[in-house]
Amino acid sequence: MATVPKVDVGSDYKEKYGFFVPEDYVFKAKRGLNPEIVKEISWMKKEPEWMMKMRLRSLEIFRKKPMPTWGADLSVIDFENIFYYLRASDKQSKTWEELPPDIKKTYDRLGVPEAERKFLAGVSAQYESEVVYHSLHEELSKKGVIFTDTDSALRDHPELFKEYFGTIIPPADNKFAALNTAVWSGGSFIYVPKGVRVDIPLQAYFRINAENMGQFERTLIICDEGSFVHYIEGCTAPIYTSDSLHSAVVEIVVKKNARCRYTTIQNWSTNVFNLVTKRAMVYGDATMEWVDGNLGSQITMKYPSVYLMEPGAKGDVLSIAFAGKGQHQDAGGKMIHVAPNTTSTITSKSISKNGGRTSYRGHIKVYPGANNSKSFVKCDALLLDENSRSDTYPYNDVDADNVTLGHEATVSKVSDEQLFYLMSRGITRSEAETMIVNGFIEPFTKELPLEYAVELNRLIQLEMEGSVG
Amino acid sequence: MADFEIRDLRASVEGKEILKGVTLSINKGEVHAVMGPNGSGKSTLSYALAGHPGYTIDGGEVLFKGKNLLGLEPDERARLGIYLAFQYPVVVPCISMTIFIRTALNAKRGYDGKDKSKQISPKEFRSLLKGELEVLHMDDSFLPRYINDGFSGGEKKRAEILQMAMLKPEIAILDETDSGLDIDSIKFVAEAVNRMRGPELGVLIITHYTRILEYIKPDYVHVLVDGKFVLSGGPEIADRLETTGYSEWTDADEPAALKKEEAV
Repeated sequence: MATVPKVDVGSDYKEKYGFFVPEDYVFKAKRGLNPEIVKEISWMKKEPEWMMKMRLRSLEIFRKKPMPTWGADLSVIDFENIFYYLRASDKQSKTWEELPPDIKKTYDRLGVPEAERKFLAGVSAQYESEVVYHSLHEELSKKGVIFTDTDSALRDHPELFKEYFGTIIPPADNKFAALNTAVWSGGSFIYVPKGVRVDIPLQAYFRINAENMGQFERTLIICDEGSFVHYIEGCTAPIYTSDSLHSAVVEIVVKKNARCRYTTIQNWSTNVFNLVTKRAMVYGDATMEWVDGNLGSQITMKYPSVYLMEPGAKGDVLSIAFAGKGQHQDAGGKMIHVAPNTTSTITSKSISKNGGRTSYRGHIKVYPGANNSKSFVKCDALLLDENSRSDTYPYNDVDADNVTLGHEATVSKVSDEQLFYLMSRGITRSEAETMIVNGFIEPFTKELPLEYAVELNRLIQLEMEGSVG
Repeated sequence: MADFEIRDLRASVEGKEILKGVTLSINKGEVHAVMGPNGSGKSTLSYALAGHPGYTIDGGEVLFKGKNLLGLEPDERARLGIYLAFQYPVVVPCISMTIFIRTALNAKRGYDGKDKSKQISPKEFRSLLKGELEVLHMDDSFLPRYINDGFSGGEKKRAEILQMAMLKPEIAILDETDSGLDIDSIKFVAEAVNRMRGPELGVLIITHYTRILEYIKPDYVHVLVDGKFVLSGGPEIADRLETTGYSEWTDADEPAALKKEEAV
C-alpha cells in the first residue's frame, strides 16, 4: 500500500493558502452527503423525477458498498467533509492572489494566456472561447451532431439521454460510480448520427465553464453506426481546485463500424484524489481508442475499459502516468472480450520520480465463446531515481479457445552513467532527464494533436526542473 | 600560464586513491599523449577532468578560461569547451542521435529553452551535420537510431568523433579511443582528429598502446604510473615504450605495442 499523508480533504488548502467560502449565498453549499443534499442538487438543476430517484438509489448503493482496498490507499478520504455541489458563482470565491505560488509559476512557465489561466485556476468561471464554440456549434448542428454539457442534454434531449445514461456504467458497478451517479454535475454529452464523421477533435475546452468542470463530471458519448468522433478532455496546464475529490464517470457507446477516440490529459493539483470510471461498449467492427495521460493529483485510480460486444470489435488503450513526490498513479486498462474475433491492445507507460509510485493494473477477460480473440498488453516503466517505485498487476481470465494473449513488461532506470554521458555534452541534468522522459513517452505524444504534444513536452520539462508542485 | 592547466590533481574512487598528484599544462594547438599500464589511473584522469560523479576529487585544481573546472558540473565544463570522447560510449534509449547532437549544440550556444535566437535553425543544423559527415566520410544511417543503441564498437567511436566535430571543443580528451578498434577504424579516427588539429584545439590522448600514436603524432608524451607522471617528454618516449613497454616501472610484462594478432 502507498503511504499517503493524512489529509483533511476539503479544508487542507484553506489552511495552507487561506481560501474561504463566503457565507452569503442564496443556495448555501453544505459539506457532507445525505439524501437531503442529493435532493437539493436535483431540485437546483430542475431535473425530472426519474433522475432524482436514480440519484437517491445511487446514494444508497454508495453507502452500502465497501471502500475498495485492492488499489491505492483511499482510507484518508473523509466523505463528510466535501462539498458535493457548488454553483459556478460559489466557485469564484477565490482571487488570483490567493493561488498557491507553484501553480502560478507553472502557468507562467507554460505561457498559458491570462484569461485561460484565470479560468483554470477557478478564478474566472468562463473561459473566453465562447465565440469559437459558437461557430463550431452551428456547423455541428447542421450535421445533426449534439455537443453540449450533460446537464443541458438531460433537459434538451431527454429521450436520447434516458436511453443510454447509466447503461454502460450502472450505479452498482463500483462505489465511486455510485457516488458520481448520486451527485454528478457537468461533463460532456455528444451524439454523432449515423455515418457522420466529425473531422476536427471536439474539445471540452470549447464549451467549458466552471459549472462543467466540477468534481463529479458525467460524460456520455454515443457514436451511431459508421460515425467517427475524437473527443479531447482536459489540458496539460495544471487544473487548480480546492476540491480534493474528483470522481468522474465516462460512458461511451460505439455502434457498428463506428470509431471513437477519447483523449484525456489530466493534470490536477497535487491535493486531488482522482477516481474515475471510464467504459465503452463497442459493437460489430467498431473501434474504441482511449488515449489517457495522467499527471498531477495525489492519487489517481483509472482503468479505461472496453467491452467488445460483437465480432470484429476493437479496443485500444494507450496511457501514460507520471508520479512525482507523494503521488501514486494507479492506472491501466480493461479489455472484456464478449464476442469472437475481437482484438484489443493496451500500451501503458509510466514514469516515477522523487519517490513517486506508479502501478499498472490491467484486466483481460475473454468470455466463453469469444474464440479467436487477440489481446496484447505492453507496459513500460521508467524510474528516474532509486526512491521511486513501479508495480505491475496484470489479471487475465481466458475462457475461450484459440485466443492469442501477449504480455510484455519492462522496467528501466535512468542511470548515473546515462545522465553523465548526456551532461558531458553540455546538456543540463534536468534537460537530460526531460529528453529521456520525452523520448520514452513519444509513442503517446505522437498520438496527440500537435499543440497538446508541445504542451506536454514542456510540462515534462517543468516537472524535471522540479518547479511543479 | 597555459590554456589548460592541471595542478597536483588527486582523485579517488570508492575511497581508493588513484590519482596521486598529476600536473600537466596543455596549450591549444598541442597534442599530448598520456600513456600508462592498466590500472595506472588513465581513465580516472579523463573522468575526473570531465566531472564524473563517481570520482572524488581529493585535491588540486584544473584551470581553464580562468575557472577551476573541479567546482563545475559536467555540463558546465562541456559548455566551456571541454570534450571527452568516451572509451565506452553509453547507450541511452529513447533519444535519437540527431536530437542528442542538436540539443548538445544548442546547449553549447547558450540556448536554455527560452531565448530562441540562440537556437540553431533546423536548416543550419542539417547543413552543418551534412558537412561534417562528408568530411568524416560517414553515412547518416545511424542518426535516427537511439544514442549508441546497437552500435558496433567502430560506429560508437565514429559517433564520438562526429559529436566532437560538431561541438568544436577547445580541449578534447580522447579516452582509449583506439581500444577495441580494427586498424581501419583507428585510421579513420586518427585522420579525423588530425583534420581537427589546429591552433584552436588542444588534444589529450589517453592510451595504453602506442598504435594510435603512429597516426596521430603527439607533441608531448607523458607516462602515468600508479597515479603519477614518471616521465614526460617528446614523441620519442612513445618509440621507447614501443620496445620496452612499462617494465621500467612495473613488474608486469605489459607491452605498449600490440602484437600483430591482437591488433585486429
